[in-house]
Amino acid sequence: MNYIMDTIQLPNSKGYYGEYGGAYIPELLFNNIQELEANYKEIISTEIFKKDFDDLLKNYVGRPTPLYYATNLSAQYKCKIYLKREDLCHTGAHKINNTIGQILVAKALGKTRIIAETGAGQHGVATATVCALMNLECVVYMGEVDISRQATNVARMKMLGAKVIPAKSGSKTLKDATNEAIRDWINNPNSYYLIGSVVGPHPYPDMVARFQSVISSEIKQQLKQHQNISEPDFVIACVGGGSNAAGAFYEFIDSKKTKLIGVEAAGKGIDTRHSAATMVLGKDGILHGCKSVVMQTSDGQVIEPYSISAGLDYPGIGPLHAYLGRSKKATYLHVTDDQALEAAINLTRKEGIIPALESAHALAAINLLSPKDTDVIVVNLSGRGDKDMNTYLQHLSY
Amino acid sequence: MENKINQLFKEKKSNILSIYITAGFPELNDTVKNIRTLQELEVDLIEIGLPYSDPLADGPVIQEANKVAIINNMNLHLLFEQLYFSKEEIKIPIILMGYLNVIMQFGIELFYKRCAECNVSGVIIPDLPIEEYNSNHKYYAELNNVKNIFLITPKTSIERIKLIDSISDPFIYVVSSNSITGNTLSSFEELRSFYNQLNALQLKNKTLIGFGISNSSQYENACQLANGAIIGSAFISSIVNAQPAKNFIHNIRKLKSIAL
Repeated sequence: MNYIMDTIQLPNSKGYYGEYGGAYIPELLFNNIQELEANYKEIISTEIFKKDFDDLLKNYVGRPTPLYYATNLSAQYKCKIYLKREDLCHTGAHKINNTIGQILVAKALGKTRIIAETGAGQHGVATATVCALMNLECVVYMGEVDISRQATNVARMKMLGAKVIPAKSGSKTLKDATNEAIRDWINNPNSYYLIGSVVGPHPYPDMVARFQSVISSEIKQQLKQHQNISEPDFVIACVGGGSNAAGAFYEFIDSKKTKLIGVEAAGKGIDTRHSAATMVLGKDGILHGCKSVVMQTSDGQVIEPYSISAGLDYPGIGPLHAYLGRSKKATYLHVTDDQALEAAINLTRKEGIIPALESAHALAAINLLSPKDTDVIVVNLSGRGDKDMNTYLQHLSY
Repeated sequence: MENKINQLFKEKKSNILSIYITAGFPELNDTVKNIRTLQELEVDLIEIGLPYSDPLADGPVIQEANKVAIINNMNLHLLFEQLYFSKEEIKIPIILMGYLNVIMQFGIELFYKRCAECNVSGVIIPDLPIEEYNSNHKYYAELNNVKNIFLITPKTSIERIKLIDSISDPFIYVVSSNSITGNTLSSFEELRSFYNQLNALQLKNKTLIGFGISNSSQYENACQLANGAIIGSAFISSIVNAQPAKNFIHNIRKLKSIAL
């Protein structure tokens, strides 16, 4: 199977999806971004890149991941529910699709030092993994607060040979880790910045979306085999920055039939000031080099978001999603911590699959839809729940 | 009326000293106090940083100053108010330096209008792309006689330097090396060879060197290449360390006169 599909090129040549995107960067990053922008499309369209990428996704990551018909969940909701099993990818989440792609780009550009940011540690682990594989130096910035919350992932990164540097600025979480990673890139322009989501300055959102688009191209082919249809009625995916959702939506963005549902983390509720539902609470603004929707004060100071799920508490959202949401080509819902926890235990008991807390938000959103019994729903199960066992144990009584 | 920055560069060709302060730092009402002090010390130009939660190009010293100023509740409305009520006594040219998001939320048209009303002569928006400057900012800046100052680095291509020279007036901000603010510049070698290139281009603009300039010998070195220098993190540190501004500015200049 060919995993790189040349599909809808949504952003224009300057990296805008409608009015969102672009590259809002200090002059110090101009050359770094230009080097990437001038080369990425050419690199990823070469035969050697396609061959390496396809081979690694198949034999290293374990693709294609199954599209599993969830019988019991389908009976519960009285519709046809499929789970796209990204949780079965090597390292436990969809994040590795992107790091495989970008590490090949980094190698093609002759880079030997890789910088990444991470929140909960999933992208950090996926980056440390490919750096170990390619024998490249790896530096991961992680908020000091997150380091203490995610000890296992920190240990995994260290065992893989990465240097984990605590981000001590600001609120000491993902937003600040991203700032620190970008500052490192300013100081070390010969390094490669391997961003973890469909955020950041152009061309990152486009490049990451392309690497994650393997999710929806597989869904398309697998639905054909299962149901003899190529487009589902709904695709549901959780959204922090939005990389798994971008990948799950990608092939269906122009579909007249498929309703795209992004699910943000409402945290303790959108009226509580402890939330990460950017599309509801945010305003147009600039964060980490792109124009998008950003949670901020009226003065333009970025607000620290909250969610029980460390992978969803980002105060921005990828510009693709800002565009899809504002132009009503996709719908963005939000579910609370409690709803996500409930959905996680439900899936575990009904199907014997422990989902990541992030993915549990997507599952919880089925409750917000009113599907017909003939409707085919694909939920992107972006990651597995191993990393969340502490949280599950704290919140659920058995 | 002629823009104060243009006037300065017309009258003074060398050793221009520009000092960066953060608005509302260390206390909310220190902005004008700091300007007054620097004016009395005959600094040539003041850059006032608008506090922002995520200053990408700034090192720890300015990050911390931003954080304190935000906690002090400093914002753009308040800063303009402070400047407006002191505009009779502020003679020195003022440049606002702020990231685009803060200005976007304030409103771009209103921002330039308020700059003019409050005697702000120039603005530096480090993450403003040139295309967006042309389409959304230039008109209002020119309408209000506010100058947009752009940055180049020793790594900027000749083609882009020419582009930036064509839209700049009266000076270009030369970043000393590819580094965030506050990292002390280790050597002037790269800058010297960069200036060899730059001088050959015969730019219409003057230049000031900033980022990593923290002491008198660096100031002197920068002044040999450019029309002057900008000092930010080192001055903020001196405020944090409760060093009188007079000592700091005199050190920068006094040691220079000894060296000469």
